[in-house]
Amino acid sequence: MLINVAETVVADALRGMAAAHPQLTVDVENRVVVRRDAPVADKVGLVSGGGSGHEPLHGGFVGPGMLSAACPGEVFTSPVPDQMVRAAAGVDSGQGVLFVVKNYTGDVLNFDMAAELAEDEGVRVAKVVVDDDVAVTDSLFTAGRRGTGATLFVEKIAAAAAEEGAPLDRVAAVARQVNESSRSFGVALSAVTTPAKGSPTFDLPPGELELGIGIHGEPGRERRPMMTSGEIADFVVDAVLEDLRPTRPVLVLVNGMGATPLLELYGFNAEVQRVLSGRGVAVARTLVGNYVTSLDMAGCSVTLCQVDEELLRLWDAPVETAALRWGR
Amino acid sequence: MLVLDAEFFRRWMSAAAAAVDREAGRLTELDSAIGDADHGSNLQRGFAAVAAVLDKEQPAAPGAVLALAGRQLISTVGGASGPLYGTLLRRTGKALGDEAEVTPERLAEALRAGRRRGGAAGRGEGRGQDDAGRADPGGRRARRVAVVRRGADGGGRGGARDRTLQARKGRASYLGERSIGHQDPGATSSALLIGALADTADSTEGAA
Repeated sequence: MLINVAETVVADALRGMAAAHPQLTVDVENRVVVRRDAPVADKVGLVSGGGSGHEPLHGGFVGPGMLSAACPGEVFTSPVPDQMVRAAAGVDSGQGVLFVVKNYTGDVLNFDMAAELAEDEGVRVAKVVVDDDVAVTDSLFTAGRRGTGATLFVEKIAAAAAEEGAPLDRVAAVARQVNESSRSFGVALSAVTTPAKGSPTFDLPPGELELGIGIHGEPGRERRPMMTSGEIADFVVDAVLEDLRPTRPVLVLVNGMGATPLLELYGFNAEVQRVLSGRGVAVARTLVGNYVTSLDMAGCSVTLCQVDEELLRLWDAPVETAALRWGR
Repeated sequence: MLVLDAEFFRRWMSAAAAAVDREAGRLTELDSAIGDADHGSNLQRGFAAVAAVLDKEQPAAPGAVLALAGRQLISTVGGASGPLYGTLLRRTGKALGDEAEVTPERLAEALRAGRRRGGAAGRGEGRGQDDAGRADPGGRRARRVAVVRRGADGGGRGGARDRTLQARKGRASYLGERSIGHQDPGATSSALLIGALADTADSTEGAA
């Protein structure tokens, strides 16, 4: 691992981010990444956060057209309420703040506490919980569907509405609409190793893959002998479509888990487009790359978000962050 | 009769920090089997911060010690265990008020109050449901503090008994039936914290 010691990986990465991206204000000690021009007058703020290890999520999505601030926790551990309260106070223009929360027990608990504390300080807070992972089928008997790739769609599209001056309840409604219109499914080709543990957190022998993996190495639906890229695309896209049943064109995110080369991701995207075309699903836009990762795990996920003209317009709106940038 | 002062609660938190520090590797190992391999390192970081802040601020009342410890856990741990353990201690501390000394019975009552309200804060989700639930054997039966020992032993057995249960909350729930046969890391850390309380009580009674 390319680290000094496990205890400082998050702080070290934040110092590196600050050096690379002068358009961000990075508070290394308090662990808050804020766009430099915040608070933007009369604009609703968007704050997200979660465990580290999923980069560029969320810090790489801070900037004009996307998040106002991000709160990185320890690796795979939710941030603490103090971080979100500090972020909310720093980006609130008086129009309120939307918390974008991935559906994990720790994230939901800490963001709920932060929302209460921020409201006490006079910041209006709305919250959207992202839960797009269809690999979790028995959601009544678990902590519910996990939040994964749809987080990127929610953050980009809701922020575009905020950038246009939409009020807090409208920005929150757009965020919920995007979440409800999105589904994901992930596959692991290798296990993930956290810096603190130093060895793989689950056992996945070479020559096997885990279908339905989460972004912290949570197990999925089943384990199978290795499949081809085309076979994986058939399985993954069908799992998503079975749940989403889109009637409109979709945004496609073909997402790498961290250790899968872009060469393989583009090849996989060709197979994903083949399956979608075969199922009669129109593709509006496609994004390929490592966006919602899981440290050094090899594998990929597919997120589909069905969009109307308004959501597509907001998706196409300019964005200028470390990891997503177009139209400006 | 045994009375518990701020010093007793500081020693409890200090013993808890030492126990968590000693067992951090094992907690993380248990958590890597059914969770995300961070329970030990998270509690280790949190209780080290608790020990440091109690040493620095030296709160004068039992309630203030627990409230400060709880706030510190909430501010430093993250994950599900931070808010759940933190809320339990903070609300237990609040229930103790600002009396300079409390009886074991008052502590038992306050733990029950903290557990109920902590449960409401956490909506009974995650590891902490076990955490808070395991506090009860200590709470309900602690007519005398020595009885807490039974609670600690019960918590230890609880961790082992979890092997037969299927996780319904938190990240382990995604394992479904595959979670059966694993010892729950949250139940195990709860046993450590209650064990630290029992040890502190033993040494206090021994000295009295």
